[in-house]
Amino acid sequence: MINLETPKKFEFLVSQAHQVAAEIFRPNARKYDGDEHSYPKELDMLAAVIDGMNEGGALSGAGAGAVGGGNGAKATKAKDKDSSNRNGTNIASLLGLTELCWGDVGLLLTMPRQGLGQAAIAAVADEEQLGRFGGKWAAMAITEPEAGSDSAAIRTTATLDGDEYVLNGEKIFVTAGDRAELIVVWATLDRKQGRAAIKSFVVERDNPGLILERLEHKLGIRASDTADFRLENCRIPKENLLGSPEIEPKRGFAGVMQTFDNTRPLVAGMAIGVSRACLERTRELLAEAGVEIDYDLPPHSLLAAASEFIAMESDWEAARLLTMQAAWMADNKKPNSLQASMAKAKAGRTATDIALRCVALCGSIGFGEGELLEKWARDVKILDLFEGTQQIQLLIVARQLLGKTSAELK
Amino acid sequence: MAVGLRALNRLASNGLIDRFGLRDPAQRVLHTASKATVRTATRAGRTFATTQKLSKPARQPRTGRSDLFDLTPDDEQQMLRESVRDFALAKLRPAAQQADEACATPNELLEQANELGLTMVGVPEELGGAVAERSAVTTVLMAEALAQGDMGIAVACLAPAGVSTALSLWGDADQQATYLPEFVGENVPAAALALLEPRPLFNPFELQTRARRTAGGFVLDGIKSLVPRAGDAELFIVAAQLEDSDGLTSALFIVEPGGAGLSIEPEPGMGIRAAATGRLVLEGVKVPGGALLGEGRADVMTECIHLSRLGWCALAVGTGQAVLDYVIPYVNERKAFGEPISSRQSVAFTVANIAIELDGMRLATYRAASRVDQGLPFGREVALARRLCAERGMAIGSDGVQMLGGHGYVKEHPVERWYRDMRAGGVMEGALVV
Repeated sequence: MINLETPKKFEFLVSQAHQVAAEIFRPNARKYDGDEHSYPKELDMLAAVIDGMNEGGALSGAGAGAVGGGNGAKATKAKDKDSSNRNGTNIASLLGLTELCWGDVGLLLTMPRQGLGQAAIAAVADEEQLGRFGGKWAAMAITEPEAGSDSAAIRTTATLDGDEYVLNGEKIFVTAGDRAELIVVWATLDRKQGRAAIKSFVVERDNPGLILERLEHKLGIRASDTADFRLENCRIPKENLLGSPEIEPKRGFAGVMQTFDNTRPLVAGMAIGVSRACLERTRELLAEAGVEIDYDLPPHSLLAAASEFIAMESDWEAARLLTMQAAWMADNKKPNSLQASMAKAKAGRTATDIALRCVALCGSIGFGEGELLEKWARDVKILDLFEGTQQIQLLIVARQLLGKTSAELK
Repeated sequence: MAVGLRALNRLASNGLIDRFGLRDPAQRVLHTASKATVRTATRAGRTFATTQKLSKPARQPRTGRSDLFDLTPDDEQQMLRESVRDFALAKLRPAAQQADEACATPNELLEQANELGLTMVGVPEELGGAVAERSAVTTVLMAEALAQGDMGIAVACLAPAGVSTALSLWGDADQQATYLPEFVGENVPAAALALLEPRPLFNPFELQTRARRTAGGFVLDGIKSLVPRAGDAELFIVAAQLEDSDGLTSALFIVEPGGAGLSIEPEPGMGIRAAATGRLVLEGVKVPGGALLGEGRADVMTECIHLSRLGWCALAVGTGQAVLDYVIPYVNERKAFGEPISSRQSVAFTVANIAIELDGMRLATYRAASRVDQGLPFGREVALARRLCAERGMAIGSDGVQMLGGHGYVKEHPVERWYRDMRAGGVMEGALVV
């Protein structure tokens, strides 16, 4: 039966995530935006609380499971009565994350033991690896100075030497790279063999071959550290290669890319959380200015500000529902890479658009640091960039709709 | 500039247009325009008579709250959607261009559409309806599927269903017993909800059509715009401001054609021409006291406006799907500079954005419809869906033409019709109820 409401069984999870967002993220948001690169120590205690909650199951979606942690993509905890329809980890994670990002997206990205690396681990690790790496704080190192969206062009090499792989190369834009315990590094076993030879490798943060080059200074999400690394004869046990070490020309890269089908809706969810914060605050400020939002009147009978607000809200609703759709499909084991990219594209651009328009609607109040609106407008832009830029999402969507390969539509 | 125009006008009146052979076309235009405003009195339709006495009105129950997020229609809905879509693509699409030109939908198609049971979905089972529980979702799915064939014909097919749903939702026992049997029978009457009025900045909550209370009932005065199948309709539901002792309230009235003071003017528009839209002119039209629907309650009027807007959303979604499905093979086959134009990002990204916005429109529409069925408030959700369908839907209509370039502008391809139809999404009020 068609129903697009938030499932009742996640209401408790959402309300807990909301409390964290309201009581811990919001009060610290401005502080760590100003004090970039200082560690938000308030989160350590929060992480401990969330670990405890996870055992009770309440925050399993919003916390560890949110970015592929302890209850990652493989977990199938939530059994629904109607076996033909499942609302599980993907929806739970999405809802939890959205709520937390309503609080602060920068702090969410630097939550201890979170991080997109766990999504990759959960997607391709075997049981033994899950045992060793599961539950740890894992960052993801894909981008290189010469390989951004075209991750197939990765130059970092992994060479087998006895029982170890030796990694050499340069990685940039590693979210939580300095603070994480593990870094999942994408590297090629053989540059001549293209995409199929690209594998992911788990590197311990304290490996002496993993050298921190610098921390970036950014437009937004300044609470979250973004690290650049040099890998110099970085030796790791060969058991740290995730998935199969074989180079399979047909499907190798696809496996790595599948991670994105699960993580893109989550990033879309972050965008939805931030932009909901923008809409809510703007609505309050507009109400103080005497603007009433009447949903029944035709747009031309409303004040321009009210009409613009409803236009923003309608795009927000479309983005939100597209994202729910992608997560729901993942929960029901339906192939969702088209819908995941559609959600990411719509949510990324809509959230940025909303945040910037909200600043403009609120004038100097919106622009000034007395409100969080200007911060949200800076933070939100990253969500239209990482996990695949707007343009990459459109390429993926277009290729699927038009039946084109990446060679046919560049 | 003004001087120039005055000079041009003097030349024109001095016989210049005769020298260039322009007199005839100009006169033809004038002739057509005057023909279009010919006003005719409405014809009386069938006699609606009470066959079965009801002790109280019948209502479809709501389905109640659903626990899980779910985008899969139930089996019955899937079956209905598929059969309606097959019908739309096989019958409506091929007939669309001619119906558009003729400003009429062939009777044969209307009869076939009735066989799909469109007018029975909103009617309670005890009155011969087809669905046990209230299902705006089912009607939305059917409207979407019909519009995939053609929006104008879809409107012509769905207008009577709007009336039967309105009578089911808000009719009292007598009204239901009098009118609904005809809508679940073999020969479904043409019927439509008349809400829109002809003026800029129309606001459905401030109607200029007035209803005055008299000893015998009500007297209605006003003009209703873009009423589907106005010329053939055997029953109207007319929205008017009711002047009562305690002020004005918007209310719905059941109006049978044929009475004094009720006339029709053809009112073709830029799109949905197959719906044979017309103006309904009410000049001192007398209706009995029993014509007032839903006791004139304000919430009935509001719900009616919401459900109507939802119907137009579903039509925009179906038309948007038609655009997407047409554009994809075209841009893949059309070659320029030695390769398919879809190999260019500017074209490919436009197609991607059509798909993204269309899916957003669809999900927002489904959400609102599902809230109707579950008995949840749905005003805000309808508003969001409507804004998306009006603005994003129109953009899809425009992009559809754009992707075909000059070929999109000529009538060899249907995209120009979809462009015209899509504008209805931001204009129309009433006409349908889901």
